Amino acid sequence: MRLAKLVLALAAASCLGSSVNAADKVKVGFLSTLSGPGAGLGVDIRDGFNLAIKHQGGKLGGLPAEVIIADDQQKPEVAQQITEKFLKKDKVDFMTGIVFSNIMLAAGQPIFDSKTFFISANAGPSQYAGDQCNPYFFNVAWQNDNLHEAVGKYVNDKGFKNVVLVAPNYPGGKDAMVGFKRFYKGKVGEEVYTKLGQLDYAAELTQIRSLKPDAVFFFLPGGMGINFVKQFVAAGLSADTQLFAPGFSADEDVIKAVGAPMLGMFNSSHWAHDMQNAENKRFVADFQKEFGRLPSLYASQGYDAALLIDAAVRDVKGKLDDKEAVRKALEAKRFKSVRGDFKFNTNHYPVQDYYLRVIGRDDQGRITNKTIGTVFSNHADAYVAQCKMK
Amino acid sequence: MGLYATTTRRRIAAVFVLLGLIALPWGMRLIGQEFYVSFASRVLIMALAATSLNLVIGFGGMVSFGHAAFFGAGAYCVAVLAESGVTSAWLAWPAATGVAAVLAVLVGAISLRTRGVYFIMITLAFAQMVFYLVVSLKTWGGDDGLPLLQRSAFGSLDLKDDSTFYFVVLAILAFVLFMLDRIAHSRFGRVIQSIRENEVRMEALGYPVFSFKLVCFSLGGALAGLAGALMANQAGLASPNLLHWMQSGILMVMIVIGGVGSVFGGVVGAVLLLVCEEAFVEITPHWQIGLGLLLLAVVLWAPLGIAGLFGWGRNRE
Amino acid sequence: MTQLILEQALNGLQFGLMLFLLAAGLTLVFGIMDMINLAHGSLYMVGAYLAAEVTQASGSFITGVGVAMLGTAVLAVVLEVVLLRRLYARNHLAQVLATFALILIANECVRIVWGAQTLMLNAPDALSGPVRIGGFLYPSYRLLIIGVGALIAGLLYVLVARTRIGMWVRAGASNREMTEALGINVRLLFTAVFAFGAALCALAGAMLGPLLAVQVGMGESILILAFVVIVIGGIGSIRGALVGSLLVGLVDTLGRAMLPAMLRALFSPEVASSLGPALASVLIYVLMAAILFWRPEGLFPARA
Repeated sequence: MRLAKLVLALAAASCLGSSVNAADKVKVGFLSTLSGPGAGLGVDIRDGFNLAIKHQGGKLGGLPAEVIIADDQQKPEVAQQITEKFLKKDKVDFMTGIVFSNIMLAAGQPIFDSKTFFISANAGPSQYAGDQCNPYFFNVAWQNDNLHEAVGKYVNDKGFKNVVLVAPNYPGGKDAMVGFKRFYKGKVGEEVYTKLGQLDYAAELTQIRSLKPDAVFFFLPGGMGINFVKQFVAAGLSADTQLFAPGFSADEDVIKAVGAPMLGMFNSSHWAHDMQNAENKRFVADFQKEFGRLPSLYASQGYDAALLIDAAVRDVKGKLDDKEAVRKALEAKRFKSVRGDFKFNTNHYPVQDYYLRVIGRDDQGRITNKTIGTVFSNHADAYVAQCKMK
Repeated sequence: MGLYATTTRRRIAAVFVLLGLIALPWGMRLIGQEFYVSFASRVLIMALAATSLNLVIGFGGMVSFGHAAFFGAGAYCVAVLAESGVTSAWLAWPAATGVAAVLAVLVGAISLRTRGVYFIMITLAFAQMVFYLVVSLKTWGGDDGLPLLQRSAFGSLDLKDDSTFYFVVLAILAFVLFMLDRIAHSRFGRVIQSIRENEVRMEALGYPVFSFKLVCFSLGGALAGLAGALMANQAGLASPNLLHWMQSGILMVMIVIGGVGSVFGGVVGAVLLLVCEEAFVEITPHWQIGLGLLLLAVVLWAPLGIAGLFGWGRNRE
Repeated sequence: MTQLILEQALNGLQFGLMLFLLAAGLTLVFGIMDMINLAHGSLYMVGAYLAAEVTQASGSFITGVGVAMLGTAVLAVVLEVVLLRRLYARNHLAQVLATFALILIANECVRIVWGAQTLMLNAPDALSGPVRIGGFLYPSYRLLIIGVGALIAGLLYVLVARTRIGMWVRAGASNREMTEALGINVRLLFTAVFAFGAALCALAGAMLGPLLAVQVGMGESILILAFVVIVIGGIGSIRGALVGSLLVGLVDTLGRAMLPAMLRALFSPEVASSLGPALASVLIYVLMAAILFWRPEGLFPARA
């Protein structure tokens, strides 16, 4: 017992060395899902984030950057514990990295209470876009519904009449269904909710077969989507049912794992690796050089999150204690995104274009996404009216 | 037969440890690391949970592999009550303790019909039932758990303040340990330990063995529920992972490391495990190998745990 | 509707037979040495990782499966000789704790060697599509799993019921002391049984790898199900393990598929949609508790 207390005291003392809230560097708490079936997403965000810092010479806004990386294991209470540590022990200036909306909703409140800015590089729950919007929450990616709205509109325009929807049973999954149905007006054969992290879809696929839909829309990020597509094809359903997905379930991480069965699948995104602006060309080329794979949209979001912090820190000249000034600087968004341009709405979510992509072979024979058109221009989310930003 | 040595030396040591724990928040404030006050609350809550399991396994000799069910039940009870507007700790915490106790009576009444390994497995089965039931109930948040937006109201004390909350937890734990020490030396305590040593003999002597075991099992469950209520307050969330069987396993690990059947075994184990985790996780993310090896060493060479090594535990098996 | 039930029953059969591969080894270890081995799931995980690694390196799925089974069996022998032997005479608490420690160690070791990220494997190309059986399409890889599972179950039955080794195993499970007194080296027999059980675990891990995913912690959830199976079937009984596996596989799969629809006929849609999944997921545990309540030794107790 006494020994244990000694250890505790020593552990505490060892942390004394680190300075408190100094403006001589920028501390970022990067909390993401780095293990389990959702790990691919967190790893891409991390790699994108780190690449941006590397492009800035190891700095954020001219100050040396210190990024503390932690794995939330996709568990809300693990995320809470790490968040508490980031806020109270490490005293970080910014937090970022959370992939899943349920984790975001669990960890959000203490972050906002401590007046620390959270720059979301992925999770975009409807709650934080609407009545629970918060001055300390910024999202550089999208609101959860957005990519699904784009698919919904496309599926509707193409005249599909009987669609089955599949999504995991968590806030992001529910947002996905709502988003899709906002623009798809035909018949919904069934809304199938699966367990978050589920890997065997035998029962669901059997159910889908019995419903005989003409299209299936699924939102299953990470390993879940990989298994769903593989098992969908293995069950012979792809012969007479068209698959649609948001960009999450048809991005480079999924394509790499599934391969040829993905060919011809339509999906929506706000970014694509074949976008022709200078920032994106540099990002895609350097990402491939650094990590030996094509970046996914998650990587692009991580990259943009770092650039947003970079621009804001530069704007306020490193005076990070002036929260009001930092907030204004973040809202101003003085950087060029790899997806072209976007601006923040009053709820701190992006207003941006959404594109349709199709999976095909590029000129080198690789299976990858090709951008084929714009679905929405300057599209905002559906919740911004409910947000009374203080 | 297990006797519990209460030497003066042990009492003096306990007083010193208590004084040290009382001084902890000021010490941490002095060095600007208030984070560790909140961490210490978590450690003490886990200590309470482990102690409650020690009552069942160490004193009652019932190897329950489903203790997390009662721990989680307490947490969910507080969170559900808070959602429906009951935020007073004076109502919510006893309610959590009571709900866990009732659950433990139900589980115990069925499980105690079985013996040995079947008992381990049936307690596990009940805990899994509770786990899956809670996870699939959307109204209780499913996989995400049920958030507790604010800590319970405790009279005029402001539990939002980490130090105040810490003192409340410390007071509860100290009280429970004191009572446990008394129970261990009471008639009930002696009978239940005799049952652990030789159930057939006690049955033959005319003791209502089943009832004694059920009371002991339920008391452990009730205390676990109290710990769960505190945990939900500490974390601001009733998480389904509190109900997971790995949680039952971790609690078992704590009491085995600390000392099975020793009054302070659960506390020693919880403190040692969590402080080591906190310290080693900074050094290597693979610290669990070390934990595994330590656990193996304890099981193989020090079956009475750390408490046993220092002679704080029961005298002999 | 019949086709739907038939297809779901095939899914349940496939799940149950894979459970059987895990439960078979576990129940024999449990039955003969009265030893709770929580690390059984870790052997399944190690088998899956070995299969993934070797399949990718060699390009042959069959080589991958073979090496995984052999490698896991060797690891099991080492574990048994070095550590588990010391635990047979100890109480269940010590066994649970020591093998829990093994889970922690195995998970971290796998994390160090293969990383924390999930490995996604593909089934061999020839088996990635569906086949037509009767009136409907069914994934050929799942059919292969059913075939392999049924084959192993048959072989095990012959081995245990018809051979001399099987006789020793059955004798050891029903009365260890008496078997020892008759001059059978139970210790050696047990090492062999343990290694054999580990190889079956690895087979299950290797077969399920391409269907699910290979990841740290994959052994834990399935381990609990394997325990449910052997407790339902009766500890030490291969027949019990087979019946228990199929029961759990079918009840779980059909419950998930049918229960929400059945409840919808009885209650309002809101009640049904929240109650259905909840009930379906606890069904097998209710089954287990009920069986233990009425038959505290399981369906086919090995000890008379």
